[in-house]
Amino acid sequence: MTATASPERTESTPTPRPSRRGDRVFAGVVRLAALTILVALVAVFVFLAVEGWVGLTADPATYAPFTSFVSYIEPLIVSTLLAAAIALIVSVPFAIAVALFISHYAPRRLAAMLAYLVDLLAAVPSVVFGLWGGRYLAAYLQPAHVWLHEHLGFLPFFGPGPPSPNGRSLFTAGIVLAIMILPIMTAISREIFLQTPRLHEEAALALGATRWEMIRYAVFPYARSGMVSGIMLGLGRALGETMAVAMVLATTPTTTLNVIGTASPPTIAANIALNYKEATPERQSLLIATGLVLFVVTFLVNFAARWVAGRSGRRLNR
Amino acid sequence: MTSAALHISQARLPRWAPILVGVMALAVAGLPALLSGWGPVTWLVAAIAVFLVAMPLWSRLVEGRRAATDRFVTALIWTAFGVAVSPLVWLLWVVISNGLPAINADFLTQSMLNVIGDEQGGIYHALIGTLLITLAAAVISVPIGILTAVYLVEYGARSRVARVITFLVDVMTGIPSIVAGLFALALLVLLFGPAFRAGIGGSIALSLLMIPTVVRSSEEMMRLVPDDLREASFALGVPKWRTVTRVVLPTALSGIVTGVVLAISRVIGETAPLLVVAGSTDGVNTNLFDGRMTTLPVFIFSQYSSSTPVGYERAWGGALVLIALVMVLNLVARIIGRIFSPAKGH
Repeated sequence: MTATASPERTESTPTPRPSRRGDRVFAGVVRLAALTILVALVAVFVFLAVEGWVGLTADPATYAPFTSFVSYIEPLIVSTLLAAAIALIVSVPFAIAVALFISHYAPRRLAAMLAYLVDLLAAVPSVVFGLWGGRYLAAYLQPAHVWLHEHLGFLPFFGPGPPSPNGRSLFTAGIVLAIMILPIMTAISREIFLQTPRLHEEAALALGATRWEMIRYAVFPYARSGMVSGIMLGLGRALGETMAVAMVLATTPTTTLNVIGTASPPTIAANIALNYKEATPERQSLLIATGLVLFVVTFLVNFAARWVAGRSGRRLNR
Repeated sequence: MTSAALHISQARLPRWAPILVGVMALAVAGLPALLSGWGPVTWLVAAIAVFLVAMPLWSRLVEGRRAATDRFVTALIWTAFGVAVSPLVWLLWVVISNGLPAINADFLTQSMLNVIGDEQGGIYHALIGTLLITLAAAVISVPIGILTAVYLVEYGARSRVARVITFLVDVMTGIPSIVAGLFALALLVLLFGPAFRAGIGGSIALSLLMIPTVVRSSEEMMRLVPDDLREASFALGVPKWRTVTRVVLPTALSGIVTGVVLAISRVIGETAPLLVVAGSTDGVNTNLFDGRMTTLPVFIFSQYSSSTPVGYERAWGGALVLIALVMVLNLVARIIGRIFSPAKGH
């Protein structure tokens, strides 16, 4: 952007142009398209609210085996939060390490290719992750369930019931989610790490810092807000991811904190995918109402993430 | 001079030290691996554990505590990358080895209509559904996306509205796909009654997911178009709208096409919204506006849910075709981006 007044910024043009009308029409069309996006977002909220409203206060029979909307959605919320928590706990250290690897550790020439490899993870469709998680990963992780139950069974998350015999638990679902949210968190952290001013890094190294000390004292402080926003975007994805949970988890309507038990309530998103088929109109609006809850929560999480990123004056590339 | 230099420089391990320790770690872990018959994965894990202990230890003895920490973290980060990539390798291997036997000419050219028991069946109807629904989604979202990007770059520059829209587009990238599906469902239900299902609903849901990606990539590409080009065009007396359509958009075209193809590859694998709003059926349906329509991801899910051996086989075959589709689209996007990349600046 140069300081000289470019023609597009000057308000009045000296000579009247022959196709003034074309300009006005085009500007109108373009503005309309931009407003469509605003309208679409509002429409999502409005339509979900209109259709879901009935589901909030329907006949108690609709909520079977529960009796009210709150008791219906409570186990779903607990499961959603537990799965997202597992995903974040597993994924965050890896995301930061992989981002550092690509930005600071990998050989320069390989870095772009390795970054592409991680991005490929994001290209794998969720239904394939679900297929793999349900048919392979669950069985592979089953011994880990037994181990967790034996050694940490005193915690409410790993006891008191028996561990899952086939590994199709909230724990496995959380691991699949962790793999699925890794690319977005890695991509954002990587980008911020690369933006660290070169002079800060070189100053640290010139003072005799090792590479790790340079990263701790020059890169991390600079990248903190970006990392936080990356983690929150990952959280948003984990809360809303549907198929992986729907295909991996063995479900039961009973609330439980046990993430390695034989069955758990599905997450909000997975519950919608699993129950849409036999839905009566009332059940359908109930599902839409739970979707509204999910929309509001993920919207707030994403909003906060972008706000944190925007506050530091940087725009993320994804 | 030299003595001072020697004095301040610390003892360092030779460059090949990590390689030496790595080979030794493999050997040390190899002994119990041979004796108790571990698989290669366990052997590798044990070797990494040995390396994570041995390397910092040696470094500590020669180079001191700080360097040892540095070496430990370096080893940890390399390990983390390996662990993070391993699911991708494993998953691709599993999909290819399970999917290849399931794929043959019949699988690609037949539908599931009147397929009973262990008969093979095919994914033709799902391929048609995926193609139509994704195309319709692209038809809806590409014009809106590109025109919005034009507004943001050429018209809205720094206005409040433009900033709000930019922010909301960013937030929109995080909308869960199932919510997009429910939105389309709510729309159809409101217009046509609770039992109505149609492929076009799936397209609406997918376009909601596609628009942010298209806007972001087109916006980025149009910002790369040098201002000189615009100014040259204005100087010739060309009105703004013709400048945008004849100068700016053609210059940015390859980047925009790349972004659109990437956006398509992202939504082509979406399952949840289509499951909810387009449903599934056994036969071929080519009418977007009436009746249920199976797509490839939904086909995979419903075959998986059937929990029969032949169902699993079909699911793996479908998964291989789907992954191949996505990878080809990704590759095409990158090739377009590389070959036709616009001149960046001066």
